[in-house]
Amino acid sequence: MDAIILQILNGLDKGSAYALIALGLTLIFGTLGVVNFAHGALFMLGSFCAVTLNRILNLSHEVAVPGETDFLGNPLMREVPYVYEWFGEATGAAIIDWSVPLAILLAIPVMGFIGLAMERGLIKHFYKRPHADQILVTFGLAIVLQEIIKYFYGANPIPTPAPEAFRGSFDFGLLLGFDANTILYPYWRLVYFGFTVFIVAAVFAFLQFTTFGMVVRAGMADRETVGILGINIDRRFTIVFAIAAIVAGLAGVMYTPIISPNYNMGMNFLVLSFVVVVVGGMGSLPGAVLAGFVLGILESFASMPQVLDLLPGLNQIVIYLVAIIILLTRPRGLMGRKGVMEE
Amino acid sequence: MTKGTLSRRGLLKAGAVTGAGLALPTIFTSPAAAFTNEPTGDSVTLGFNVPQSGPYADEGADQLRALELVAEHLNGGGDGGMMQTFSSQTLEGNGIMGKRVEFVTGDTATNTDRARASARSMIEKDGAVMITGGSSSGPAVAVQALCQDAGVIFMAGLTHANDTTGKDRRANGFRHFFNSYMSGAALAPILADQYGTDRKAYYLTADYNWGYTTEQAVQEATESKGWETVEKVLTPVGAGDFSSYITPVLQSGADTLVLVHYGGDMVNSLTNAVQFGLREAQANGRDFQIVVPLYSELMARGAGPNIKGIIGSQNWDWKLENQLGAKYTGTNAFVRSFGEKYGFPPSQAAHTVYCQVMLYADAVNRAGSFNPCAVVEALEGFEFDGLGNGPTLYRADDHQCFKDVVVVRGKENPENEFDLVEIIEVTPVEQVTYPHDHPQFAGGELGACNAGA
Amino acid sequence: MLGLTRKDFQLLLIVIGLTMFAPFLLNPFPETSALAQFNAGYPDLLQRFVIFSIFAIGFNILFGLTGYLSFGHAAFIGIGSYAGVWMMKLLTMNIIPAILVSILVAALVSLIIGYVSLRRSGIYFSILTLAFAQMCYALAYSVLTPITGGETGLQLRLNDPRILGESVTEAGNIPVPHLFGLETRDSLELALGNWVFTFNAGYYIAAVAMILAFYLAIRLFRSPFGIMLRAVKSNQQRMSYTGLNPKPYTLAAFVISGMYAGLAGGLMVAMDPLAGAERMLWTASGEVVLMTILGGAGTLIGPVLGAGVIKYFESIFSTINRTVLEGWFAFLPDGLENVVISMIYPFVGKGWHLTLGIMFMLVVIFLPGGLVEGGQRLGRLFRRRGKRDAAEGDPVKPAE
Repeated sequence: MDAIILQILNGLDKGSAYALIALGLTLIFGTLGVVNFAHGALFMLGSFCAVTLNRILNLSHEVAVPGETDFLGNPLMREVPYVYEWFGEATGAAIIDWSVPLAILLAIPVMGFIGLAMERGLIKHFYKRPHADQILVTFGLAIVLQEIIKYFYGANPIPTPAPEAFRGSFDFGLLLGFDANTILYPYWRLVYFGFTVFIVAAVFAFLQFTTFGMVVRAGMADRETVGILGINIDRRFTIVFAIAAIVAGLAGVMYTPIISPNYNMGMNFLVLSFVVVVVGGMGSLPGAVLAGFVLGILESFASMPQVLDLLPGLNQIVIYLVAIIILLTRPRGLMGRKGVMEE
Repeated sequence: MTKGTLSRRGLLKAGAVTGAGLALPTIFTSPAAAFTNEPTGDSVTLGFNVPQSGPYADEGADQLRALELVAEHLNGGGDGGMMQTFSSQTLEGNGIMGKRVEFVTGDTATNTDRARASARSMIEKDGAVMITGGSSSGPAVAVQALCQDAGVIFMAGLTHANDTTGKDRRANGFRHFFNSYMSGAALAPILADQYGTDRKAYYLTADYNWGYTTEQAVQEATESKGWETVEKVLTPVGAGDFSSYITPVLQSGADTLVLVHYGGDMVNSLTNAVQFGLREAQANGRDFQIVVPLYSELMARGAGPNIKGIIGSQNWDWKLENQLGAKYTGTNAFVRSFGEKYGFPPSQAAHTVYCQVMLYADAVNRAGSFNPCAVVEALEGFEFDGLGNGPTLYRADDHQCFKDVVVVRGKENPENEFDLVEIIEVTPVEQVTYPHDHPQFAGGELGACNAGA
Repeated sequence: MLGLTRKDFQLLLIVIGLTMFAPFLLNPFPETSALAQFNAGYPDLLQRFVIFSIFAIGFNILFGLTGYLSFGHAAFIGIGSYAGVWMMKLLTMNIIPAILVSILVAALVSLIIGYVSLRRSGIYFSILTLAFAQMCYALAYSVLTPITGGETGLQLRLNDPRILGESVTEAGNIPVPHLFGLETRDSLELALGNWVFTFNAGYYIAAVAMILAFYLAIRLFRSPFGIMLRAVKSNQQRMSYTGLNPKPYTLAAFVISGMYAGLAGGLMVAMDPLAGAERMLWTASGEVVLMTILGGAGTLIGPVLGAGVIKYFESIFSTINRTVLEGWFAFLPDGLENVVISMIYPFVGKGWHLTLGIMFMLVVIFLPGGLVEGGQRLGRLFRRRGKRDAAEGDPVKPAE
């Protein structure tokens, strides 16, 4: 039983990443009608916001250590971050320690700006173009973004740990009446799940309860009519794109302690997040979130040794297998609307 | 009709056809070359085929640095690096057999198809007589087979799976790097010594050939020391988040986790394992331990502080000579020339390809010919020293190098990002030597050397 | 002629001409010049050009005509390759059985995958094909290792049975793929001044296959069947109202394009007898989509151009390293040389992906109809100057 609870927790965590990326992706699909193959790259850029902030905070100058030499026999230089000098060593270390959460503050403007620039500079010219063209141009953009990151940061994963305070695990076992130390779950992963719930709720609330959201939802349903009513839907769509970029970016920032980011991570998530969006059903935000969690949990169950003993290799294909079954039994995914991206 | 291809550049540089722009077409027939890409000019072209995109791009970049360095050294540039310490003294800094060393580079992208296409372009277009480089076993085995067919020499780069010199061995292919079996054999006594002989191990294994051979090697070696295997789980390559594989570990009754992962997978699985508290956990009344059979400097850097205290094995380490003395001579010479050129110490991936090129150059000099069959003969059973690993044998039966294996541990207080591991012990070569028909290597045949043309 | 209109026949002749003289056309620079780096007339790349052209032509029959965007077509090339290598392991090194079996197996698998996937349309169809292909890849890479060779690829061995041929050659090596004795890596070299041209047997075998494939594609595009397929794309509902069931037509197109992929896979192993699982990865499926769109979806010649451009970048730009650049710009003064090299270096060698990405964006932004549209624009430019030039392709709108 405790093993199953643990796998549900794992699944919720995996699902969180899927859900956040798919949420932005489906927002862009639904409102703008654009297939955005650069969405994985936005997630990756978010992660690198955290890496960059960490690097900035770690900017140091070299101080020679008297009496010691490095591997070539030159005097050994020790790096002292500037933050230490400005805020004192204790505060400085604390700031560096908290660089991942702090990166949220950096990622919101940066990703928002990237989203705006992308939509205004590129995507808006592709609203009326075939989906195939959209795929080609966004895929090209994704490659370019990736290569730029690779040029500056290399291809190796870069460790970006969570703050000290979040290391260690929470004991669910005691909470649920099991023995101690049976269901331990790392704090940071719980934070990630909570963060996802918060973001998803915020996006839904925004679309549900604000006039802006109402217009966007109307635009999703029938863009032309909204345009005829004299509402400038284009400007709102720009903002929607920026929001989607921010959501993907924040998902990336918070994910860095779970997986050390490298330039290629976006591509790995791209395919999965497309599967998630489609399984959830085109044009449905709740569908995307639901599919994210469902696939995350099923993937976790499929990686249990007991399951693999029975069906070796299931963990390799479970997501795709489930996607096929769902799409064949439910024509428009879990909650898809009729006529969206079906032609 | 000619067979194979000739070195066009070599031909032209030899002056066989120059000037005469509109002369009658000359069709070359086979007697023009005795073997594929016979260098006839004053230079010889080597092919450096390393991953430049994909997950191992940084490792490939480090290999390329070492390869540029060795070309420089062979041509008499720089301080000569390991050329001075190498036990065979045929290299004089005048290239190979008096021919200047030129090289072409390509991208394997850690993909068998791309690696082969790139190698073929080097052989067909650029006239390379030898291909080296690479950072994983899939492309290494694939390119080795290609070189066998084409009639050029393949000096494998970083490839650790038993298959390269086991079931997929080829007469034209040679491996300096160590392998899965050696990792297992080197680690087992030290693991038994450090963690006890009654450990219960849980394996998370990358679900592809290298994973299979390494898992088998470590399992057999540790079980012979009294360890038990609780469970073995195969994980998809590039799984990203390994949490769902990690959580069952503590409940399985195991007290040791063996992570048979490499590259990004290893970084992620180890990071996840540490996150889930496996480093602090207690099992069977003992501290829980994690083992990573194959270490690399770049992986250690990617895993950051999570690597602390984790034991693994390496082919070579840049601190070897400083810490264990003159037996490993060559290490410091190489580290010095590499460090002076690039500003940081070399990785084991860089070291192995540097050695491979130097060994090839020396073999050609000793054989007095670039003919692959002559080179094979010169390398088979060749004993040498001074390339940083101590006395080493290139065994004739399977073209595998036999040398000491370095067992390392993640350092508790690293001084900088290049000093992440400490050497615990070196397992002597006798303990990692196996018969060439050992079951883990069965099913392969070298075949005959192929000179092409 | 051959059942083609004059314009189509001209196009076919152009393609025949281009493929037959490719070893000349793609080797424009003398061997001794610094620009020889850009020569593409060596067997491996020439073979790749025509093989991926076949793949893209076949993909275009499905995507260009019916508008169904398959994101898993690489599965068929991979399965075809595995079938081909198994034939060479079991039967003979003659490439004919290998290629035939590749096509047959790919047809069978595409029939199954197509039958299931075509129950949905639009993006749902795309994801279904993607899911099937990814499953094929993941299984081939891992649990099916005994059949597929897994990570290291399926290779020939000295101890393969090869019941109709020999297991081992007299020299002790694995035999080489051949067409009734003509080895696919046999080459004829022609030296003309400072130029060396290589005529490779394998390339010409593949080129003949590609010309046949191209001819079939033209006939198919112009046939009543092709018109039916276009009807599927433009309005399925109207088609159903007229009492026609679009599904058999679409499925036929799917299987035909799967067989093209199988042919490509079979030819790949005929040229280079190894089949790796990466051939089936989603990026490989994406690559053929990109080739088709880049060249011009729905046009006849577009996929060929797209395949050529992408393979050229992959093979040539990735090999330009710093040493090569230094060779090119050695004539510049030192300081300037370093500046120029440091500006170009990020785009070549290990940065070749960057150039590819930028090219994708530029083409799709400025040439909405792909490279074919670029050709048409050039053609129009010439015509305006009073010159009449054969416009390539068929101005069908790209699929949606």
